[in-house]
Amino acid sequence: MKKNKIKHTFGDRVLSFIIALFMIAFVIITLYPVLNTVAISFNDGIDAVRGGIYLWPRKFAIKNYTTVLGMQNLVIGAKITVARTVIGTVSALVVNALLAYVVSRKRFMFKRELSLFWVITMYVNGGMIPTFMLYRNLGLTNSFWVYVVPGMISAWNMLVIRTYMTGLPDSLEESAQLDGAGYWTIFVKIISPLCKPVYATIALFVAVAQWNSWFDAMLYNRMKTEYTTLQYELMKLLSSVMQQSGSAASAKYSTAAVTPITIRAAATVVTMLPIICLYPFLQRYFVTGLTIGGVKE
Amino acid sequence: MARAQVSKVKKDRRITWKEVKRQKALLIISFFMVVYGFIFYYLPLTGWVMAFQNYKPKNGLLGSKFIGLDKFKFLFSDATFIKVIRNTFCMGALNLLTTTLMAILFAILLNEIRNSVVKKTIQTVSYLPHFLSWIIVTGILHDALSSTGIINDLLMRAGIIKQAINFFAHTQYFWPIVAFANCWKETGWNAIIYLAAITSIDPCLYEAASIDGAGRLAKIRYITLPGIKPTIIILLLMNVGNVLNAGFEVQYLLGNGLVQSVSQTIDIYVLKWGISQNDYSLGTAAGIFKSAVSIALIMLSNAWAKRAGEERLF
Repeated sequence: MKKNKIKHTFGDRVLSFIIALFMIAFVIITLYPVLNTVAISFNDGIDAVRGGIYLWPRKFAIKNYTTVLGMQNLVIGAKITVARTVIGTVSALVVNALLAYVVSRKRFMFKRELSLFWVITMYVNGGMIPTFMLYRNLGLTNSFWVYVVPGMISAWNMLVIRTYMTGLPDSLEESAQLDGAGYWTIFVKIISPLCKPVYATIALFVAVAQWNSWFDAMLYNRMKTEYTTLQYELMKLLSSVMQQSGSAASAKYSTAAVTPITIRAAATVVTMLPIICLYPFLQRYFVTGLTIGGVKE
Repeated sequence: MARAQVSKVKKDRRITWKEVKRQKALLIISFFMVVYGFIFYYLPLTGWVMAFQNYKPKNGLLGSKFIGLDKFKFLFSDATFIKVIRNTFCMGALNLLTTTLMAILFAILLNEIRNSVVKKTIQTVSYLPHFLSWIIVTGILHDALSSTGIINDLLMRAGIIKQAINFFAHTQYFWPIVAFANCWKETGWNAIIYLAAITSIDPCLYEAASIDGAGRLAKIRYITLPGIKPTIIILLLMNVGNVLNAGFEVQYLLGNGLVQSVSQTIDIYVLKWGISQNDYSLGTAAGIFKSAVSIALIMLSNAWAKRAGEERLF
C-alpha cells in the first residue's frame, strides 16, 4: 500500500509552489479592482480625489449612495434595465425554446431547411448601418422595444436548446402522441419540464446580456432619456471622469461632498450588485450550457 | 433491416397532405420564425446596395445614384482605414492568442489543485469579471491605470519609475491594455470548456503514468495537453472567424484622441462615418468589407480544421 503513495519529487514541489503563487496572484488581480471600487464608493468625495484608497475607505461617507439613488436619470435607467431584462429574457426564452422544439422534431418536414436558415444568420449579417436603417424604418428607434424585439431569437441559443432536446428519448413524444397529445401539448407538458436546466442556462445568458448592454441605448435611444439604461448612464459618468484630471475635478467640486470618482464608484457598485449576488448560485447552469454549446455541431 | 430504415426515413421526409395536416402546429410556428428571421436578419442585407450608391436618405434605396466601387476605392486610399484594418486584425489576433493561452494555463493549473474547497472558491472568483459589463470593466481598469491608480502606485514604490505614467496617452500601451482587459474578463469563463475537456480524460492514463514514475509536470505535458489538444484546436478555429467582431466595446470605451491611430477598429470607423457623419454608403462599404473578410476567415479555418482531421465547424 505504501508504494502507491504519491512521491513528492523536487519538481512536483516546485510546481505546487508555482501553482500557489499563480492562483494567489490571479485571485488578487481579479478581486482587487472590484473591492477597491467598493471602498471608493464609501469614501468621502474630495478625499478620494487624492488617491491612495485601497481596500477600505479612508474617510467613510454614505453620501455617494444617497446622491446616486437621487439621480433622476439613474433611477429611470434602473427601471428600464429591470424591465428589459425581465421582458427580454422571458420572450427570448419562449421563442428560442419553441424554435428549438420545432427543429428538433424528427418527423418535421422542414427541420433541416429551418435549421440552416438560422445557422446562416450566425455568419452573415447586414452590418451596423443597414441594421440601423431597418430599425428606424420599422419604428423601433426611440422606443423601448428595440431592446427586446430585434435580438429575440439567437441561433446560438436555439442550437444549445436543440442539442439538449435532441438528447431526450424519442419514446416520450411517441407515447404522448399515441395518447392523443398534439405538438403544443407535448411541448408544454412533456418536453419543457425536462428542459428546465437548459432553459435556466439560456435565461441566464440572455439576462446577463440584457443587463449589461449599453450600445443599443446609445445608438437607438440617444435622444430618448425616458428609455435610457443603467449601463448607458454609467458610461456617461465614466466619460465625465475621464475628461477631468484629478486636480481639475477637485477644484470643480470643492464645495460638494461628492465627486465624479466616488459617484461613479457608487453607481458601479449598484449596477453590479444584483449580478454578483446571483451568479455564484447559478454556476452549474452556465457550466452545462457552455459545455453543450462548445461541442454542438 | 438497414434498407427498411432508409425507406422509413425517406417516407418521413416526403411531403404529403396528411403530414402537412399532422404537422400543422410546427408549420405555423416555423412560418412566424421565418418571417421574423427574414425581417431582422435577411432584410438588412438589401441595404448592402447602399455601398455601391451615393445614398441620400431623401432619394431612398431605389432612387439613389449608383456609383460603382467608388466608396470602396475611397476606403482603400484612405490611410486611416488601412490603419483601422491593421488595428482590428492585430488586436483581434493578440486578444485571441492571449485569452486562449491564459485560459489553458489557468485550467491546467486549477486542475492540479487537490483541495476541492480551494478549487471551487478560486473558480467562483474567476467567473466574476465575465458578468460585469465592459462599461464597468473599462471603468475600473481606467482607475487602476490612472496617475493615482494602483499600477502607478506600485511601480513608483518599487522604484521602477520616478513619475506616474499616463498609460492612456501613449500608443505603445494601448494594445497590451486591451489584451489584458480581455484576459482579466474572460480567463475564468473560457477555462470552463478546457476544464470540462480535462475532466473527460481517462484517469487510467494518469495512473499508468504514475506507475511509470512520471511527475506531475510530465503528466501535464504528455497526458493533459495532448488530451485537450482537439478542444484547443476547435475553439481556436471557431474563434478565428470572430477575430474581427471582437473589436468594438473595449476600444471604443478606452480609446481617446491621443491613441486614436492604434485604437480605432472597423466597427468604430463604421460608427463614426455611418452614424455620426451620415455617410451611410461609406459606413456600409466598410461593413461589407468586414463581413467578407470574416466569412473568408471562417471558410479558411473550416478548411484547416478538415485538414487537421478535426470535426468540421459547420
